[in-house]
Amino acid sequence: MAAGVLSGVRQVLRGPRLVSAVLSCHGQTFSSAAAPDTGETVRDKILNFPITQPDYFHLSELFTIKDLFEARVHLGHKKGCRHRLMEPYLFGSRLDVDIIDLEQTAEHLQQALNFTAHVAYRGGIILFVSRRRQFGHLIETTARECGEYAHTRYWKGGLLTNAPIQYSPGVRLPDLVIFFSTLNNVFQQHVGIRDAAKMNIPTVGIVDSNCNPSLIPYPVPGNDDTPVAMEMYCRLFKMTINRAKDKRRQMELLRGISASV
Amino acid sequence: MWICECGILQDVSLQCAKGCDVVFASCLSACRRANMAASGCRGVRSILWKYGSYGNNLFVSRSKMVPQLPLRQIYVASSLWKKNLAAAGPQKFTQEFIDKQVEEFEVGKRHLANMMGEDPETFTQEDIDRSIAYLFPSGLFEKRARPVMKHPEEIFPKQTAIQWDAEGRPFHFLFYTGKQSYYSLLHDVYEKILAIERHQDKMRNKGLFTSDTKQILLTGSRWLLKEEIEENLVENISVQDYMRLIQLMELLLSMPYCSLEEEFILKFRKQLEVQSSKYEIPALQYDPQGVAFSVADGRRKSAKASITLRDSGSGNITINGRNYLHYFPVLQNREQLMFPLLFVGMMGRFDIEGSVEGSGHSAQAGALRLAISRALLSFVSEGEVEKMRQAGLLTADPRIRERKKPGQEGARKKFTWKKR
Repeated sequence: MAAGVLSGVRQVLRGPRLVSAVLSCHGQTFSSAAAPDTGETVRDKILNFPITQPDYFHLSELFTIKDLFEARVHLGHKKGCRHRLMEPYLFGSRLDVDIIDLEQTAEHLQQALNFTAHVAYRGGIILFVSRRRQFGHLIETTARECGEYAHTRYWKGGLLTNAPIQYSPGVRLPDLVIFFSTLNNVFQQHVGIRDAAKMNIPTVGIVDSNCNPSLIPYPVPGNDDTPVAMEMYCRLFKMTINRAKDKRRQMELLRGISASV
Repeated sequence: MWICECGILQDVSLQCAKGCDVVFASCLSACRRANMAASGCRGVRSILWKYGSYGNNLFVSRSKMVPQLPLRQIYVASSLWKKNLAAAGPQKFTQEFIDKQVEEFEVGKRHLANMMGEDPETFTQEDIDRSIAYLFPSGLFEKRARPVMKHPEEIFPKQTAIQWDAEGRPFHFLFYTGKQSYYSLLHDVYEKILAIERHQDKMRNKGLFTSDTKQILLTGSRWLLKEEIEENLVENISVQDYMRLIQLMELLLSMPYCSLEEEFILKFRKQLEVQSSKYEIPALQYDPQGVAFSVADGRRKSAKASITLRDSGSGNITINGRNYLHYFPVLQNREQLMFPLLFVGMMGRFDIEGSVEGSGHSAQAGALRLAISRALLSFVSEGEVEKMRQAGLLTADPRIRERKKPGQEGARKKFTWKKR
């Protein structure tokens, strides 16, 4: 395995700036004498080509606005609970209940799913986070079925910011954190959002009308209280991740490379 | 004092008339000889640099070695160079080390069996303990300080291995919570609760739901303690975590169909040892002549007695091969021997053959009395047994010699009290 390419990809996985990092790790610059040239360029093609496509994994066929409506994703909280920064995402309010604009939600969800798929395609670690006790088991099961990781329990202080002490030296941090609910049990913003931002880890978050979307790179305005909505999100993320991983395995089999990066 | 390239403190007096080169040579050779820890050097270097920026120039320019600015002697505590033993934590062993230990244990077990002249294939842990106690007799009171030969799994504490694969992806899906085993356990318990609820719903739909299903037997067992669970999970959990786990298990137990998960629940229950050890009545044996006899033991203080009670006798009592009149000249002791037989009214019926050792004459008589009462149990009816128990014949006398305390003459006697 060419050490240079590996380090280049590791840079990619560590930082959120996927495009720029990918463009920097050309095989020619970092090639070592040991591995053959063809292996590296093929691997680069596998990694670089999907990024050039807008919807490489065809994720737009996974959901429609009607599905979102039937899963009650458009239902927000009462007008009094509204967060100021969520106003752009709201369609309006009816009988004091905020309605989230599903067209914007669909766009944001598409972008979030696309990003998740690319991270999973490149073998990144995805962490599902939520502090809602009602859906904790569902999220943990979803994570286990995709082969990714979950944290639906009490968030200890330095899990991301003090990782070598909390776990062991040499631990690898998650490359993407997906928040199924950005609030904790006392209706304050989850500490993980701030910590992921501190550690330059990109975040996808389902923001309800009482949440703060500022620190989240890929917010998805939507309902996080209804079981139907949560099951739909879990199903969507699971399908994207599985699709991306299957695609990766397929590409590697096609190009005949056994070792995965 | 100044610091050389590799970080070893050198005295200024090492400089020779030639200047830098000699000094460098001396310090380089000293570096090769000495094997100082890099961390210690770095700490020292940083301290010295505070006192002058000329430190950088020392490394670069070899020609102008002798510094023009005044040097100050700086002393650094040796604790900076020593390794912080407390910060290291409990000693960690690699998996290869433990595997090697297991191999050595197996080989050593076979050697030991050969030494003791026993079959290496059927050499159990009890045999090992016995052999070690025989080969290395130890008079130490602390059992844990005596020589021990046990399987390495019982000696080395359980450790967590590296938690992720070659690419850095952790194996367990709850790794990032910090307490993966504990939360995974909670996840499993909740999974089982949901499964039982689904089963309940199915039964309700079919119309077969009943509340009186097979209940799990919980008497005589207790929940595992927090320490025992920590040992099983190889993780530290807090008191609140432990209570939450027990709450979840109780919830699981409260459901009507919990017997589906009986095996799982019993893994978290520990059987309590039977508190009261009921004394078994010694079996009535028959010798070749057809005469019934029973054997029993008794103890009092440090005297141990063993009695054989033979039926159809004429009231002869033999102790340690001698007649009881010779062995116990004191009347009180002979009365002690006689009392159980007098109480049940079988005075002339039995022949008593006894052996006793240890302690003094009174304690020996008491031990013999207890042994006779126990032997009588097999010849006597249930009601009589109860009467004997109430008479105190079957209770072992718990009184022993009280220890002497410091600051006192004896167990109770104090030194002479002086008012002034």
